[in-house]
Amino acid sequence: MPDLLTHAPDPVDPGEAADAREDERHIKRHVNGKFLIGAAVLTFMILFAIFGPMIAQFDPRISGDNPVLAPPDSTYWMGTTSLGHDVFSQMATGARTSLLIGVIAGLIAVTLSILFGVVAGYVGGVTDEVLTLIIGVMLVIPGLPLTIVISSAVPGRSGLLVAVILGITGWAGAAVVLRSQAQSLRNRDYVAASRIAGENPFRVIGVEVLPNLLPLLTGQFLFGVIFAILGEAGLSYLGLGPTGSISWGTILNDANSGYALQSGAWWWFLPPGIAVALVGMSLALINFAVDEVINPKLRSAPLEARRLRKAKAEKKAIAKADKQAAKDEKKAEAQA
Amino acid sequence: MRYIARRLVIYAITLWAAISLNFLLPRLLPGNPADIMIAKLSRRGDVSDAQLESIRRLFGNPDASLWQQYLDYWGQLFQGDLGTSVQFYPSSVSSLIGSALPWSIGLVGVATVLSFIIGISLGMFAGWKRGTWVDHIVPSTTLLQSLPYFWVAMVLIYFFARENEWFPRTDGYDIWTFNNTEWSWAFAGSVIYHGILPAITIIISSVGGWLLGMRNMMVSTMGEDYVVTAEAKGLKKGRIMRTYGARNAMLPSIAGIGVSLGFVVSGFVVMEQVFSYPGIGKLMIEGVEGNDYALMQGVFLVITLTVLAAMFITDLVYGLIDPRARQNA
Repeated sequence: MPDLLTHAPDPVDPGEAADAREDERHIKRHVNGKFLIGAAVLTFMILFAIFGPMIAQFDPRISGDNPVLAPPDSTYWMGTTSLGHDVFSQMATGARTSLLIGVIAGLIAVTLSILFGVVAGYVGGVTDEVLTLIIGVMLVIPGLPLTIVISSAVPGRSGLLVAVILGITGWAGAAVVLRSQAQSLRNRDYVAASRIAGENPFRVIGVEVLPNLLPLLTGQFLFGVIFAILGEAGLSYLGLGPTGSISWGTILNDANSGYALQSGAWWWFLPPGIAVALVGMSLALINFAVDEVINPKLRSAPLEARRLRKAKAEKKAIAKADKQAAKDEKKAEAQA
Repeated sequence: MRYIARRLVIYAITLWAAISLNFLLPRLLPGNPADIMIAKLSRRGDVSDAQLESIRRLFGNPDASLWQQYLDYWGQLFQGDLGTSVQFYPSSVSSLIGSALPWSIGLVGVATVLSFIIGISLGMFAGWKRGTWVDHIVPSTTLLQSLPYFWVAMVLIYFFARENEWFPRTDGYDIWTFNNTEWSWAFAGSVIYHGILPAITIIISSVGGWLLGMRNMMVSTMGEDYVVTAEAKGLKKGRIMRTYGARNAMLPSIAGIGVSLGFVVSGFVVMEQVFSYPGIGKLMIEGVEGNDYALMQGVFLVITLTVLAAMFITDLVYGLIDPRARQNA
């Protein structure tokens, strides 16, 4: 494969440098593309949560004399439920509940995963063994059933309580990832230097270790939020979510018990799921971009493959041109 | 051997902790759960002696010390006695779980394996085609992953069981034709027919994860020196993709499928509820709705044990297929 050899960096060739620049631009555009779409969708959903309830025309809890099961029109933007509640108003109010629960639970999960994962990986020894065991137990105990059991036993759940329940059942996976990363950071020279300099362990973890875990923490936090929003939706669908509040999950629960499927009221059960999926997708896209920052291979490999393909195509084109030239020459000779 | 022994100790401790947590949970919750439960039940009508007995056994004799209750709990557990269900009185919890387990394992197990095969194949292809148009499609799989799976179930029911009546809406088999489960081709056909929508739900909501994980690992693996060597040797493309790339890129996914199979019993609780599928998930929700603590605890225990067993088997298999895992332990 001769093109593999010529593929080696050859900075004197101005054409290739230009290619590299173009590829570089392409990377940036590519990464930013994912990040931008994710950030735009997320911003839209957050704005919807903030301003939605203000622009909503109806009280989400009062049906008044609204028509029942009206399809979406200019008055009822997302139609009405079987009890005459305005779906748009419910979606807007639900956005606040769902997003807040997601963020709080995500924060709790990340904090716990730092407490267990980072400390276990960094301190090592017996502490590591004990903490790893706790992480292992939490990993094995399935989150949703545990959440269901706890929620069912606690009457009168506030949104905060649901967030706490989701947070304390959903941190183990992140802790495993953080632990192995902290373990590898622990052996880096600059961390060792800081330790030898006599810094106290909290400062070493806080100043030397945590900042280097930041990209990873961001990813785990984003997944924690997705997990919590999905979890809340599931719990609420079962009627075990926050009592008395409206969330995207409770709308689905209402839709189910109000026979939305049977009466063909798609405007009732489609929006909550789409909203959850959009938030999840936006967070996952942002995480995608973060992933490509912390794992250069994900960035460079497609790029190299693209370069290689381009080189091959060029080689083919040159060969073709050569052949054509040879043919033309022959033709010219024959004519002469 | 040392590897296996070490893992065994860790799993034994985890098992003990999980079972103890299962014992403690109803007792740690605020208030006296036994009283709450009796109060709830008596509000709905008279509480039978059998129910009182079941509640007392579940929460232990309140006069005995916590330690004594704990020992009793282990004693019952070793006899395979998970108590009596209040909701489905007088069925025992173990028999209820026994009849629900095959449904969950069959449906979710088959669907998970299918989803794994589809996702890994697509991921291998996407990783192989890195740097092409495929890269732009890959991020859209995150949308699939973010869909609430029970909502996917609702949407499928709406479009394929209501708007177009192609598939049945609920249940694991045709309850009008068959009185009970039986071994016949007609029954098997009915089970498959009823399982299609639930299986599609599972595949839609889990295939994206396999695809993405496999694709990323494939991209990393294709950058390894041994792959370049294989290319330099002039090996066939298919061979490089499958034998050099995919085989190595698959390792984390294999660990993943092991864990996923562990969650077969519990992973799609809410979906079973949407389809009224007679599996463990639905049983658990029925236990929750009926404040049937014995049933809840029993289901919870079975779920934990399945996950633990699956993780243990995965660990062993992983140690076999990846020597590095053995050495690191």
